[in-house]
Order: sequence, then C-alpha cells, then structure tokens
Amino acid sequence: MADTTVKYEKTKGLTDKPLSYCPGCTHGIIHKLVAEALVDLDVLDKAIAIASVGCSVFSYEFFNCDAQQAPHGRACAEATGIKRVLPDNIVFTYQGDGDLASIGIAETIHAANRGENITVIFVNNAIYGMTGGQMAPTSLPGQKTTTSQDGRDTAWTGNPIKISEMFATIESVAYLERVSVHDPKNYLKAKKAIKKAFQYQKEKRGFSMIEIVSTCPVNWGMKPVDAMNWLKEEMIPVFPLGVFKDKGADNE
Amino acid sequence: MAKVLMKGNEAIALAAIKGGVDAFYGYPITPQNEVPEYLSKHLLANGKVFLQSESEVSAINMVYGAAGAGARVMTSSSSPGIALKQEGISYIAAAELPCLIVSVMRGGPGLGGIQPSQADYYQATRGGGNGDYSLIVYAPETIQEVVDTIKESFDIADYYRNPVMVLVDGLIGQMMESVDFDKPVKERFLPEKDWATNGTANHPGRRNVANSLQIDPKALEEHNEHLQEKYKLIKKNETRYEMVNFDDPEYVIVAYGTMARICRSAIEMLNKEGIKVGMIRPISLFPYPEKAFDEIPKNAKGILCAELSMGQMLDDVLIANNGRHKVGFFGRSGGMLPDPEEIVDAIKNFSERVVK
Repeated sequence: MADTTVKYEKTKGLTDKPLSYCPGCTHGIIHKLVAEALVDLDVLDKAIAIASVGCSVFSYEFFNCDAQQAPHGRACAEATGIKRVLPDNIVFTYQGDGDLASIGIAETIHAANRGENITVIFVNNAIYGMTGGQMAPTSLPGQKTTTSQDGRDTAWTGNPIKISEMFATIESVAYLERVSVHDPKNYLKAKKAIKKAFQYQKEKRGFSMIEIVSTCPVNWGMKPVDAMNWLKEEMIPVFPLGVFKDKGADNE
Repeated sequence: MAKVLMKGNEAIALAAIKGGVDAFYGYPITPQNEVPEYLSKHLLANGKVFLQSESEVSAINMVYGAAGAGARVMTSSSSPGIALKQEGISYIAAAELPCLIVSVMRGGPGLGGIQPSQADYYQATRGGGNGDYSLIVYAPETIQEVVDTIKESFDIADYYRNPVMVLVDGLIGQMMESVDFDKPVKERFLPEKDWATNGTANHPGRRNVANSLQIDPKALEEHNEHLQEKYKLIKKNETRYEMVNFDDPEYVIVAYGTMARICRSAIEMLNKEGIKVGMIRPISLFPYPEKAFDEIPKNAKGILCAELSMGQMLDDVLIANNGRHKVGFFGRSGGMLPDPEEIVDAIKNFSERVVK
C-alpha cells in the first residue's frame, strides 16, 4: 500500500449527501460536471447555486457551495437579485424543463435579455419527473405521459418548445449550447460546454445557458439503457445538439 | 436637513435611501410609480441597485435572492401587484429573510380602481401566500410617520429576519406634506448576517442555504413552531398604536392610516358638540394592538370601526373587543373618501351601525 496513486476521487464540488435521483437518470452526471467546472475554475467558494422546483429541488444539498432554493420557475429572478448585489460572485441556476420552459419562461427570457451575468444549467428530459411523469412543454409529439396517455396531441397541446433555438434570437445571450451526456463523446462535449459557460461568467461576458438533453427512465417507463437510446434516436432529432450562440467566438 | 415639502411616494423612496437600502426591484403600477421613478435615479447614481423587473412575480423573487445574499432590499407595489407577490412573500417569510415591502393600496377587487382604498388589510395581515406566516405590518398616517417607519423598517426586518410591510394608500402616496428626514432611528443591536449566501469564501467551513423546503414533517412543524415563537416576540416588542383624545370617551373609534386622519376631524367636531369620542389608531396591523382595547372605559357606549373597506379590520376589532362593548362599523370603498360629517353622523346614530 506504500505507493498508492490517486487516479480518481470524487469532486470537492459536491457534498457527501447521497443524491436523491432515480437510478439511471442523468442528473447525477450533470451535477458532477457542474461541480467539476466550479472546482476547475477555482470559483467554488464564490459560487451560489439556485435550486429550482422539480427533481433537482434538493440540489442545494448536493452542490458544495452556498445555495438558495427558488419557488417554481423563479430561479432566474432569484439569481438576478443575487448577482446584482454580488456581481463578483458566480451565480448559477439548475432547472428542469417544467421549471424553466413552462412556469419560469418569463423569468428566464428576461434574465437572458438583460444579459444577466449568470449561468443557467437547463436539464431537458421532456417530462415532469418529480410530480410523476406529466406532459411537459418539451414532451415529444405522441409521447405518452400521465397527462397525455394516448400520446401528446400537438393539435391540442402544441409542439415541443425549443428553448435553445428561441434564446439564440436574444441579443444579450453570450453563450448557448445544447449538449447531451448519453455517451462518452457527448459527455466530454458537455463537460467542455459547462466549463466554458462558467468561464464566460467569470469573465463577465453575460448570460450563458447550457441545455442538456436528458433521460427520465422511471417516468418514460424504460430501462436506463433503453432511455439513453430513446434520447439519441427520438429526442436529439427534435432537439439537435450544438452551439447556438457564442459571443466570445464571434468576437475572436 | 430642515423640513422639506415632499410627495408621499417620493418620501418613501428617499426614506429608504436614508434607511440604507442597497437594492430595489419592482414593476410599475399606479398609484406608487413615483417610488421606483425616484429610486431609479438616485440609487443608480450612488452605485446601488435599481432594477425594473418583468413582473411583480419576478420582482419579489429578485428581492428573495438579494435578501438571501445579505443586502438591504425592498420592493413597492399596489394591490393587484402585491397579490402577484404573495407567492414570493410566503417563501421569504419561510426562509426568514429580511426585506421591506411597500404597499400603496388602491381600490379592488380585481383591477378595481386607482383611487385610495384600505381594502388590502386582509392581504397585508392575513396574506395571500400559503402557510402559517406573518409579516410585520405598519400603517402610518402621515408622511412624517411614513418616513420614520420606512427608515426603521430595515432594522426591524434585519433584527427579526422577517419581511416588513409598510401599508399606505394612494392618498398618502400622492399627497404632499412637510417632512424631516433626519429624525433619529431607535438604536438596535443588529447581529452580523452570518447566514447570507455570499459564497463560502466569506464563511469558510460552512455552507449557507436560503431555503423554505422542509420535506421532513417533524422538521417542518418545528420550523413553524419557531416562526410562531418569533411572531410572539414581535407582538411583545413591536406592537404600536396611538390613543387619540382618550379622556374617558363615550365612544371609541378605531381607524388607521388615511381613515384615522378623517376621523380626527370628526372627533374634533363631535367634541365641540359635547360628545366625548376617542380613537385607537393601530400603527402596527400585525401585531394588532389588542391591549389598547383594555383601556376603553367599562361604561363606554360603543366602538366604531372605520375603514376604507367593507369590514376587514373589523375582524381584529371584534377579536380585541372580545364581547366587552357594542361594535359598530363604518366603511366606504373603491376610493370613495368620506367627509368627517359622515363619521359624526355614524357616531350620533351608532345604534344603526352596530354589527355585534
């Protein structure tokens, strides 16, 4: 045991609290990427996380930094309130698609439009997870949920809302990318994107958002591996991955 | 600074600056617009934060964020706007964060009207947010009292870690009076905000969290019991009222804010006619000054609750009276301000006013 070499250890960006997420769900991976980015950029002790309402409601117990827990949809307003009085801290929200794309879309759009220097981690799994699998604004056409039991009828409930495409039209957005963590290649891309978003905030470039297309095996009624495949084959065609806006790149 | 003549809403804004406000977040609504307008100019010019939000819902959540981060923060609004803020107010009260909420009441329900009203007494003292929470609610009567209250409100909010609401109506917001901004504020020991979510660099080894979620029912009940203990302490320490012309009165009027001003004139007229009328003027609406009612003479003929609403404070008057005296009610609504003669008439024909 004399020459033990540490090859891997859990990031200091997460607490030791066991995660509350279901087995096979991608929230855990995303938490790790966010936490690692904060540590890598040496901003963990300046960071304030905003937990939202949904599966990630307990994320204030997982990120190893100061945190606030926001009412449903209000994370970006709360982040704004903090960032305006603490402009040198790092403020980020962690929100699902029900929270951000439905009840909190006004708060999110206006935070983006003001160019709030915050980072939004947007986890899109096309369903309401915490409340038991109801239809989300991001649910796919024909997707069966507990409130669209014959499949989402687009004539009655509209089409999946495309947040990254919408936000790309907002002048004040500094960085916007949609990523996925369904395989190692995409995992590495997501890691890079999340770190870049926080780097931009550190450099005071303005609003950054990373949309992460994610799975919800339990509420989709699938095994974790099948859920990853469904994400790849069904979700990504509707929510194509890529950089939607990069003001840094435009300027360089 | 000598006395200056100033409009109520602008005085609210300047008093907040004197009280050390760091940040204001709000959304336009009549009749309180001069508050954000004044602050937009004077806060930004002094390196402080003024931000017009996209809605009242956002404004109160910005307040939540900044309050959690340790700033002295406020918002102002009027009736339908305060309705939209109730969600955030409940969360702020639950998370025990200090802030100032100014409510400049107009007529309701719904869009109602823009004229002065007191129809948001329930909204202020009972709240539209969910759960067992209370604000500390002050209802000043003059612009001087508004200014003194606003300045002190930040300290009171910080001391108890509880939102304070200053409740006025459109008349107080829109009228002008001479006012002194430099009256000293009561000294209070205010502990460091060592709970603020301002980054662990400021408090190594401890994560600070602003939160209202208590998923464990036992913990939630304990939190509620703690809040109730705090409200008891607030009731003990921060109850405020004025006894007006209280010299063995035959009748007692209970009125606050603008209605109390009108009743003062009525009391003068009644006294000239030899009818002895005094007034209990609640200044704190929560905590309600129940003990003031113990000073009503046993042989008093009755208590008249007068409001610019249809009988909201009446509930608290009935509770405080506890069956001891006859209680009558006089109310006007929707921005219809009574002449003092109407109050005089209500006292003279008290028997027609009795509700209990």
